[in-house]
Formats: sequence, structure tokens, C-alpha cells
Amino acid sequence: MSEQTKKGALQRFLEASPDSTGKTLFVAVALCLCASMIVSAAAVALRPTQEANKLKDKQINILQVAGLYEPGVNVTEAFNASFEPRILELATGQFNDDFDVASFDDRASADDPATSIALEDDPASIGRQSKYMTVYLLKDDAGEIDKVILPLHGYGLWSTLYGFIAVEENANDIFGLQFYSHAETPGLGAEVDNPRWKALWNGKRLTDEAGELQITVAKTTTAAGKEFHVDALSGATLTSVGVDNLVRFWMGETGYAPFLANLKAGDI
Amino acid sequence: MSQTRREMLLDPLVDNNPITLQVLGICSALAVTSSLKVALVMTIAVTLVTAFSSMFISVLRNQIPSSIRIIVQMVIIASLVILVDQVLKAYAFEISKTLSVFVGLIITNCIVMGRAEAFAMKNPPVASFIDGIGNGLGYGLILMLVGFVRELFGSGSLFGVTILETVNNGGWYVPNGMLLLPPSAFFIIGLLIWAFRTWKPDQVEEREHKIQVVEAH
Repeated sequence: MSEQTKKGALQRFLEASPDSTGKTLFVAVALCLCASMIVSAAAVALRPTQEANKLKDKQINILQVAGLYEPGVNVTEAFNASFEPRILELATGQFNDDFDVASFDDRASADDPATSIALEDDPASIGRQSKYMTVYLLKDDAGEIDKVILPLHGYGLWSTLYGFIAVEENANDIFGLQFYSHAETPGLGAEVDNPRWKALWNGKRLTDEAGELQITVAKTTTAAGKEFHVDALSGATLTSVGVDNLVRFWMGETGYAPFLANLKAGDI
Repeated sequence: MSQTRREMLLDPLVDNNPITLQVLGICSALAVTSSLKVALVMTIAVTLVTAFSSMFISVLRNQIPSSIRIIVQMVIIASLVILVDQVLKAYAFEISKTLSVFVGLIITNCIVMGRAEAFAMKNPPVASFIDGIGNGLGYGLILMLVGFVRELFGSGSLFGVTILETVNNGGWYVPNGMLLLPPSAFFIIGLLIWAFRTWKPDQVEEREHKIQVVEAH
């Protein structure tokens, strides 16, 4: 028996020149299989934790925008105790109970042609707008609506800013505005996260006596008056313009204006 | 073996630093150094990816066909990077939000590829692992130095803790906004390279051209 045949098949294979066509193909296929298995195993195993993180992050932001967040508090409990999520049909401004609130995904809905519209007049640069949005109602002890938390998003300088605006039950006074996801320049555009700037929103108003939408983010106060003006971020002109556009878009007729009108009239 | 393990680990910190001597991995050094916390996480991620990818590539080095070796290295590096990204998203959500795309871009970091091709393809696994750790730390050292300057003078804080109270928050310090923008990292890295080469003159490259004095006729 020759030296060659005594060795096992595996050993012969390992000693074969790696540059042969067969081995090249084998290495390529085997490596891809191993790598894809490891990657997909990690993705599947970690998905529940990641989803929980995302949900928690969103809930923290909703609590914060409503001024209810305290560090260390059990987020899920505090959230469930205070807020009632509802699906809102933007065009009519009425709630729609055809969807399951827990599983409804605003962003997926905006991508689905059946539940969204392509915008022609699109100041917030979002492309498609979902016809339905998840809004959060904060009720007081008597069961009356105290605040409504409305999601909004739009393009800043580099990125789409996703956030929430908290509006008082009179449908006109802003309680707070907060973004939970964006990629604006740290130190300049990312100052939208600065608590001092966010505090400027508290007490501002959306519409004037005539019902005209007057709220604006600008360098100088507009003719409408101080209560409709939030000072723009210095050094972040385009982010400020983006925030101005997205707030005015979402508070306007294609956004939450019908809902806010209903809220004001007490039809909710 | 020409280098001891100790040298493999410590050489890349100053004497053979991937950023200041080899001038690799500059783009991510610009992007992630505006705050120290992000720079630290990036350092850890790059160190782990470099070390483990070097080790796996070294284990396979005699089996990797030379015609597809770069792709094989990329597959291994990319898998590890996705793994790091997934783990960060699951266990360090806040930080993964700030790092966003840059974790994915570790795949394109020249240091990882450079070590795989230059060291791991020719050396045994343990040595490659140590070499990867060393180079990751060398990269991290520069990241932390740049991050220190940028965060301290750009935002007035270190690791998010306020050191210089900025005017925005009612203090006295007017932050240097340029330091928060990526180009400032170029200046700081340039100054660091200058400092390193003044300290260790061996690192100065030979001139390719010399200005000659031509005798007057």
C-alpha cells in the first residue's frame, strides 16, 4: 500500500493544493454557509432583545415628551398606566379600530401603497405618508383627555428626524416636542436634543385666534407673536428649517389638523 | 519568530501605529471621534473584530485559495462585524444609536484588511490574534487622543461629563464648533503624526524628491 492511500480522505483533502478549482469552490461554498449560519443565528437569537429595546426607547420618549419620565422608573409599567394608544385616520381625524394597535407599524404602513399616499406637496420630504398613525392619549384621573402625543417625522440636514409632539387638550397649546431618532451633526443639528432648546416648546401655541397655523421655528420672531415662535438653533440652519417644515406639515391639513379640530370641538 | 509576543502587542501603539505610521483607517477616525464614549466603543469593536478575524484567517491560511483570498477575508470580517452590530443593538442600544452606520463600516476599515493580508496570512493563529489586539489598541489610542481634544474643546465635556460649562448651558465656555465637524480630526491627526515623528525620527519617510540647488552659470 502506498503512503498516499494510508492517509484518510480528510487529510488528503487538507494537504491538497488550495489553488485547485475543486478546493477553491469548496472553500467558497463552505465558508459562505458557515458565515451565513452564524450571522442568521445571531440575528434570530438577539431579535427579541433588540425589539424590546426599540419599544422601550420609544416608550421612554413618549413619557419624556409628556413630562412623565423619571430615571429608574419601570418604563413599561409607567407607560401602560398613563397612555392609551389609538390608531388615527388622518383624513377624517377620527379613530379607526380596524387595526390592532399593538401590532400596527406606522413606518410599514407608510411603505404600503394600500395604506399610504404619495405626497405631491411634501415640505417634510417624507415621500409617502401613512393614512393612519398611532397616537397616544394621556388621560387624567377622571378619564378625560389631558394631552395627546402625536408622532411626526421629516427630513433635517442629513437624516429623517422621528419624534413626538405633546399637545394639550385644548388642541392648541404645545406641551413639548422631542426627537427619538435622527443623525444630525453632533453639537449643531443634534442640539435638537438639548433640554434647554426642547424647553422652548413648552407653552407655545399652534394656531392663532383665526385658526391659522402660526407656529414656526425661525431666527426672529414673526409678526404673529412670541407665543408662536421657537428660536432656531444657531449653527444648524438646515436642521432648524427641517424641524420648522415637519412641524408645520404635520400640524397642517394633511397632518393632524382634522384631528385637532375634532379634539377642540370635543368630538373625540 | 522575529518578534516576541510582547512586541507584537506593544509595537502598534507607537512604533508601528496603524494610523500615524501606516496612515490607515483614517475615515472612521474622522467620523467617530466627536465624543469619547463613542470612540471607546468603536475602539473595542475594532479591536475585537481585528483580533478574531486575524485569528480565523490565520487558522484557515493554508486552505485559503489565493485566487479568492481577499473575498474569503472579507466574508470572515463582515460576519464578525454583523455579529458585533447585532450584539450592540441588543445590549447597548443607546450607543448603537449614536454609532449607527459606523459599526457596519468597520468592514471597510483598512486596518482590519491590512492585518489580515499582511500578517494573518503568514503567521500562526495565536500570534495573529495578539497582533490584531495590538493594532486595534494602536488605532484606539489615536481615537481616544483625538476624541479627548474634540470632545473637551468642542462640547466642553469628557465622556459626557461637563468639564467646561458651555455658554449654551449658562456657563462661560464658548465651544469651538469646528472641532465637532469631521475635518477637525484631520488637523488633530496631522498634528499627532508630526508629534510622533518628532519623538521617533525613524518614522519619518525618506523624501521622494529633493529640491536641488542649481549652480548659477
